[in-house]
Amino acid sequence: MKFAVIQFPGASCDLDLYHAVTDVLGEKAEYVPHHETDLSAYDAILLPGGASYGDAVRAGALARTAPVMEGIIGAAKDGKPVLGVGNGFQVLTEAGLLPGAFLKNRDQKFICRTVKIQVVNNRTMFTNEYTEGEDLEIPIAHGEGNFYCDEETYSRLKENNQIVFVYSDGNPNGSVGDIAGLVSEKGNVLGMMPHPERAAESILGSEDGLNVFKSIVKEWRESHANQA
Amino acid sequence: MKKANVYVTLRESVIDPQGTAAINVLHAKGHDNVKDVRIGKYIELTIDDTGQDLDTAVREMCEKLFVNTNVEDYRYEVLEVEEA
Repeated sequence: MKFAVIQFPGASCDLDLYHAVTDVLGEKAEYVPHHETDLSAYDAILLPGGASYGDAVRAGALARTAPVMEGIIGAAKDGKPVLGVGNGFQVLTEAGLLPGAFLKNRDQKFICRTVKIQVVNNRTMFTNEYTEGEDLEIPIAHGEGNFYCDEETYSRLKENNQIVFVYSDGNPNGSVGDIAGLVSEKGNVLGMMPHPERAAESILGSEDGLNVFKSIVKEWRESHANQA
Repeated sequence: MKKANVYVTLRESVIDPQGTAAINVLHAKGHDNVKDVRIGKYIELTIDDTGQDLDTAVREMCEKLFVNTNVEDYRYEVLEVEEA
């Protein structure tokens, strides 16, 4: 299975994602620059955290205008797994691939620490290796992680089981419904503020994030079993 | 030359975390009559006047770049300015 790790200027978690997928999981990955438009060679797309374009205008606002978005939107339409972590999540909302938007953290501060999140929905291509209700310890690192959507959107997210992760031991940033991660209506686009790639090996203090990547691989292997 | 001044604020329905922090300070300093604080962005665009419809252009620039209409509102004014 081949992952694309998108590189926007200013993003900083691209190497961590690459490391998790290749060195830890043993899958293939390639860096894809922001000016590329064709992502047809890849089975899954990863949008890293960091501060693309220095967070100018708004986090993710400039990245959504990059040529590579065309390929990302195409991959999402084709049903390929698209995962955005941190700033990657912000880019996905800016691009309209996920609903809602981000505000500054409730307490105005950039927060970088490990938090507890709970798996609310394990029937997605990103969470099938978890059990429902499982508690995970995964770091967050963001200044604008305060997910916002209007009430109507929130009810729709709940109804469709699109909320995948919630903060389970205090809400660090003030997000609506304690949302830490959510999927698109079709279920193949996941945005999450916690960084699973920073919790993918015991040497990093937690392996709780690794199953996000394992789930993607498992789903892909199952759906491609006949072609293998 | 024309100048478009764009004002971006969080939508009324959205809690403004910066505004909330600021109003708490103002009240602590005795400014009890302040009822609300909304903190936003101010953008100045200097534009060559080619006779095109600036309203359409400014609105497009706002909605495609400067403003996230999920959470923000904006208003703008277009002014005539002297050549520098």
